[in-house]
Amino acid sequence: MLNIIWLLLLASGIIVAAVNGNIEVVTQAALSSARGAVKVCFDLIGIMALWLGIMKIAEKAGMIQGLARLMKPLIRRLFPTIPPDHPAMGAVILNLSANMLGLGNAATPFGMKAMQELQQLNKKSDEASEAMCTFLALNTSCITLVPATIIGVRVSFASANPTEIVGPCIFATAIAMTIAITLDYWFRRYSPWRRIP
Amino acid sequence: MSLSFLDTISRWTIPFLLLVVPLVGFLRKVPVYEAFVEGAEEGFTTAVKIIPFLVGMMVAISVFRASGAMEALSHAVEPLTSRVGIPSEVLPLAIMRPLSGSGVLGMATELMKTHGPDSLIGRLASVMQGTTDTTFFVLTVYFGSVGIKKYRYSIVTGLTADITGFIASVYICNLIFR
Repeated sequence: MLNIIWLLLLASGIIVAAVNGNIEVVTQAALSSARGAVKVCFDLIGIMALWLGIMKIAEKAGMIQGLARLMKPLIRRLFPTIPPDHPAMGAVILNLSANMLGLGNAATPFGMKAMQELQQLNKKSDEASEAMCTFLALNTSCITLVPATIIGVRVSFASANPTEIVGPCIFATAIAMTIAITLDYWFRRYSPWRRIP
Repeated sequence: MSLSFLDTISRWTIPFLLLVVPLVGFLRKVPVYEAFVEGAEEGFTTAVKIIPFLVGMMVAISVFRASGAMEALSHAVEPLTSRVGIPSEVLPLAIMRPLSGSGVLGMATELMKTHGPDSLIGRLASVMQGTTDTTFFVLTVYFGSVGIKKYRYSIVTGLTADITGFIASVYICNLIFR
């Protein structure tokens, strides 16, 4: 699936550029974005190091496991394959909370930590587990209670009411999240992609 | 009132975590600094590990966008989408949203500059920005960091959620802002 999408993006871009007669755009875009990608990762290093450092302290102090235990009733339904007080669940909760509060910088490190923990429970190491798919479904459809960046943009263009979009955002994400959870549940249970135990 | 409350939480969370976690760790006899460094090292390796995945994704996306293919696609679907109340101005935003975070923020900013933040288009762009996520970025980076190659159904789930979020944004904005 990803192979096809990746190829389509690349190939359609090159063909369109060729037809429009500005093929040199492709070279320029490819080279500069390759450099840009590394820059993004370098920016991430500091933030990742900071949050995973703090998280290691929390883990050693038993706080992550405690957090997971606190959310047990909810977690048990969404992630039936994960032991309820496993550190993976703590990381998942931290990631989702950071997402909701619009703290994108903190959300990514927590999310990667969650993936690493989930990977340890994964039986096939090159294939996404059920729990990973559920986690990513929640993560990508997750509600943002404080869409800080976009409010900032609205303020900068002198909006009369910069925060009026929060309500509609919550409405739209609530629907998207419901669909994501339902679809994930269906895939896990009935689709051809499900794992036969 | 509830919003300023949320905003306060959002501003205090990070300082709060930076204080409370090491403090509790110390009280529970964790060697806090050593634990921090140990975790930070993991952060470093993870960030480096995702470079190849990010390069692959960002190159494809950037070629797709710079070549004009994205514009062509949004022109192609426009007759269909304009019928259901989707302004053609926001279509590129919807197409780019799952692919690139910074690209989309730039586009949303541009739309608000041209049409004003309180126009239907400006509001719709804001709601879409706050509703959907950069699904491809998240999948590539998260799966890449642990070496997962087969994503199974997660792309379908993520993209369906994005499309749903987009349609719901259009619906709610047309309903209350028009």
